[in-house]
Amino acid sequence: MADDAVLPDWLTEAGRKGRRDWAGGTSRKQSAITRTLLGLSKLVRDSVFSENIAVRPGLLQGLDPRVKLVGILSLLLLVSLLRNWYLLVPLYGLTLLMAAASRISLKFYIGRVWLFVPVFAAIIVFPSLFNIVRPGQPLWVIWDFGHEVSLGPWSLGTTLAVTYQGAKGAILLILRVVTSVSLGVLLALTTRWADLLKALRVFHVPRVFVLILSMTYRYIFLLLAMADDLFTARTSRMVGPSNAREDRRFIAASMGTMLGKSHAFSEEVYGAMISRGFNGEPMTSDSFRTRSADWLWLATVALTVAVIMGGDRLIG
Amino acid sequence: MAESAPTGADVPAFRVDSVSYRYRETVGLAGVSLCIESGERVALLGANGSGKSTLLKMLDGLIFPDEGRIEAQGHELSQSALKDDGFSRMFRQRVGFVFQNSDAQLFSPSVREEIAFGPLHLGLPLEEVGRRVDDTLHIMGLEQLADRSPYNLSGGEKKKVALASVLAISPDVFLFDEPTAGLDPKTVSFLERMVLQLADAGKTVVTATQDLELAGVIADRILVLGEDHRLAGEGPAAEVLADRQLLLGSNLVHDHSHRHEEEDLEHFHPHSHLADHGHEHG
Repeated sequence: MADDAVLPDWLTEAGRKGRRDWAGGTSRKQSAITRTLLGLSKLVRDSVFSENIAVRPGLLQGLDPRVKLVGILSLLLLVSLLRNWYLLVPLYGLTLLMAAASRISLKFYIGRVWLFVPVFAAIIVFPSLFNIVRPGQPLWVIWDFGHEVSLGPWSLGTTLAVTYQGAKGAILLILRVVTSVSLGVLLALTTRWADLLKALRVFHVPRVFVLILSMTYRYIFLLLAMADDLFTARTSRMVGPSNAREDRRFIAASMGTMLGKSHAFSEEVYGAMISRGFNGEPMTSDSFRTRSADWLWLATVALTVAVIMGGDRLIG
Repeated sequence: MAESAPTGADVPAFRVDSVSYRYRETVGLAGVSLCIESGERVALLGANGSGKSTLLKMLDGLIFPDEGRIEAQGHELSQSALKDDGFSRMFRQRVGFVFQNSDAQLFSPSVREEIAFGPLHLGLPLEEVGRRVDDTLHIMGLEQLADRSPYNLSGGEKKKVALASVLAISPDVFLFDEPTAGLDPKTVSFLERMVLQLADAGKTVVTATQDLELAGVIADRILVLGEDHRLAGEGPAAEVLADRQLLLGSNLVHDHSHRHEEEDLEHFHPHSHLADHGHEHG
């Protein structure tokens, strides 16, 4: 502000007249784009950055992340190799037991798994239930046409039925998805991301890769906060509803701003790393320590895998 | 590192000779020459955009002058000199930089790992790294935050962790870029005390700031960078802070600021210009 500047009339008018009328106007909803972006930001924040379960004392939280990762991956491998769906049921039960022993609310845990994934899995397997997609032994005849029905060159048969093979395949796939996702969620909920990434070293993932992943994770949060600020600043200055075109222009401008900011920021981060001795070769101090509980966990997992896998082969 | 390079306490920590720097089309520094003795407490005072941060980054060997020369402890500080692993390690061990933006400095997943980053990368043995991390957490009062992620910290906590990450290296020279900007008064006073303690321990402390009060507290000598990106003046802290013309010319004080007899510092009583009125200064 120049030294001799005097505030213009339009800026001081309302103040001199007293309070302005705050009444009137209509409420409006946030635009779809804004809602989507803010929702996405909240989801990432809640699901990725919430570590309150990981720092709670519990069965899985107490394990060495490397051992936990190996155990969960072995169980995941087992889930994908099983051919009999009824062997997946005790395995799913095991994930619930582990969740309870890790002080995770079962309602929250089951809800998180069943809410999204099976919906998508069920949609995928739904057509394969029927004999018109996957012929087989009828389990439940929904409609008897009484005669052969064909759609162009494609014969649909004389009935519309859910087949035994279709139902079995669908149950197997849904149970596989649910059990796998349950195991994945269990690992993610009970392990701090930083530890999980460090645990990848056990599979000889290069240090530089782990460093980049952990820094990406670290700075996504910062960029999300930056994006949130851009939206909040815009909302605070907006009058009346915005249209989709304005929204698109704003999003495009924000993306440009974010790209520029993140580029400048990355230079500064690199400078800060160089300043403290980084020369391109990351060093870490692996602070993980295995205890007897970790070996007990590994032994239990190995036994579970052997018994269930043996059972599966026996049943055929 | 040249064999014949001088060593000893009489060699300045930094000698900057006619240094100029441009960033794309913008001038960063224009022919700056200065000298910082070992063990000195120096403030680089300058308005926004005067080139303070640029100069600090140069002193830390992160950017290099387009013209002129910089020496650190008698050794030329250049891109090629820092390519020498031995010199680079020695320099990084001796010079620590606390960035203005703590988020840029806190890139590790946890506070503990952040503090360990410097000592680990400078090749200290693991036991020594662990000892330094524990000691640093203790002296900075950060034990409770050791396993927290940087994004879960407040601004003041982030600044403390950033300082802790440099302290763990135990450098001889500390470079601070606007260390107190945006912090609450309690954290500011903590940082001021820490800087004074470091200086008492014989460390060289160079602080870039535009805060006259801070400069008066933590520096014995002040170097003023003008808006023309040149050195506008230098001298003992009390003299520089009393030099109204110098501070005005460098845009560090307002025309309406003044000095009270009993206080050392210039200060400014804001007032509005809704009506015309005159100003008089004694």
